[in-house]
Amino acid sequence: MRAVSVEEAVAMIPPGASIMVGGFMGVGTPERLLDEVVRQNKTDLEVISNDAAVPGKGVGKLFDAMLVSRLTATHIGLNPKAQQQMLAKQVAIDLVPQGTFVERIRAGGCGLGGVLTPTGVGTLVAEGKRQIEVAGTTFLLETALRAKFALVHAFLADYLGNLTYALTARNFNPIMAMAADTVIVTAEHIVPVGVIAPDHVVTPAPLVDYLITNG
Amino acid sequence: MDAQAIIARRVAQELRSGDLVNLGIGIPTLVANYVPAGLKVFFQSENGLIGTGPIPEQGLAHPLLTDAGGRPISALPGASTFDSAMSFGLIRGGHVDVTVLGGLQVDAHGLLANWMIPGKMVPGMGGAMDLVSGAKRVIVAMQHAAKGKSKIVAKCTLPLTSARPVHLVVTDMAVIAFADGKATLVETAPGVSVGEVVAVTEADLVIPNAVPEMQI
Repeated sequence: MRAVSVEEAVAMIPPGASIMVGGFMGVGTPERLLDEVVRQNKTDLEVISNDAAVPGKGVGKLFDAMLVSRLTATHIGLNPKAQQQMLAKQVAIDLVPQGTFVERIRAGGCGLGGVLTPTGVGTLVAEGKRQIEVAGTTFLLETALRAKFALVHAFLADYLGNLTYALTARNFNPIMAMAADTVIVTAEHIVPVGVIAPDHVVTPAPLVDYLITNG
Repeated sequence: MDAQAIIARRVAQELRSGDLVNLGIGIPTLVANYVPAGLKVFFQSENGLIGTGPIPEQGLAHPLLTDAGGRPISALPGASTFDSAMSFGLIRGGHVDVTVLGGLQVDAHGLLANWMIPGKMVPGMGGAMDLVSGAKRVIVAMQHAAKGKSKIVAKCTLPLTSARPVHLVVTDMAVIAFADGKATLVETAPGVSVGEVVAVTEADLVIPNAVPEMQI
């Protein structure tokens, strides 16, 4: 793990990159990283995030700045700008059931090709997908999701990069921290090694590539 | 009593002590207000919490403790938090005893459509498809009709949420169960006759000899 400034970290992300962004309706989202992505005007991003949040918050900021070319998400209903950009075909949006979304990312981070889920069988979600029967139940084959970068927000990060999360800000963060080539983390607090007890570490330090230093 | 209160009160009677319950947005959220005193129910918020408590007082909200709509909530003593894989493992894995969801249409076989209106409303399914596919018991809480049109239809014209039928629909006019794959009228709302329910319901209903009134 290397501690870097937010400017230096975002400079590593090329336009058109695929990025996973933690958070649920902007809660547990690395806002400082997204602000810097907007400031450096990284265009044509392929974003993987649970939702489009709301304008002005979380991933919503990327839609405000028209930086997204593709979004894989479970819900965009609370961001009218994301909906407008989808209807105007400025953004391609793949809508995925939330349990399937997180399992596809988990599979991507765990070396699996995908998962079998009953969710979506017999619905529009099943279109174009392989169905596999196991012990009399029909499942959809949902393939793994990975990205070049994961932008993760933690509660505590120690000097080595061990992470914990807080309350409902945990959500997709620890799962995404497994599923990208480069993992960039912001934390509410950076603390000395040892403050986080081994039993309390959620994301182990070797998974973290860059920790954003305090501003 | 207004329509929403009738529905929420009646749904609350379906909850049992110890149940792990997930409430959708809209009318389902109101169910928490009518849980009988003394009944210990765990409410899950799918963004990663079991033990959701009331909205905190002004000035006491925590920015990292919210419901699935991003609104501040509190956590009751004994609450637990977890990531989204655990949250949907609980849902898909059959660990959630009851989910209560809103609906756009429910058909004569109990199939639910509640996530999109093609060309008009495409917000995304969020957690709805997983909840209907995986919760032990699925209850739909919705108005019986919208703009004079029955929401209990012969066959859903909107895209389905799941191929798995729901167990119970509670409306402002009736309680309808789908035990044998058929829509069976099990209760009517106070002051509503069986004939009135049948008149505004598009789907064919099985009418037992005795149809009691909701006790709410």
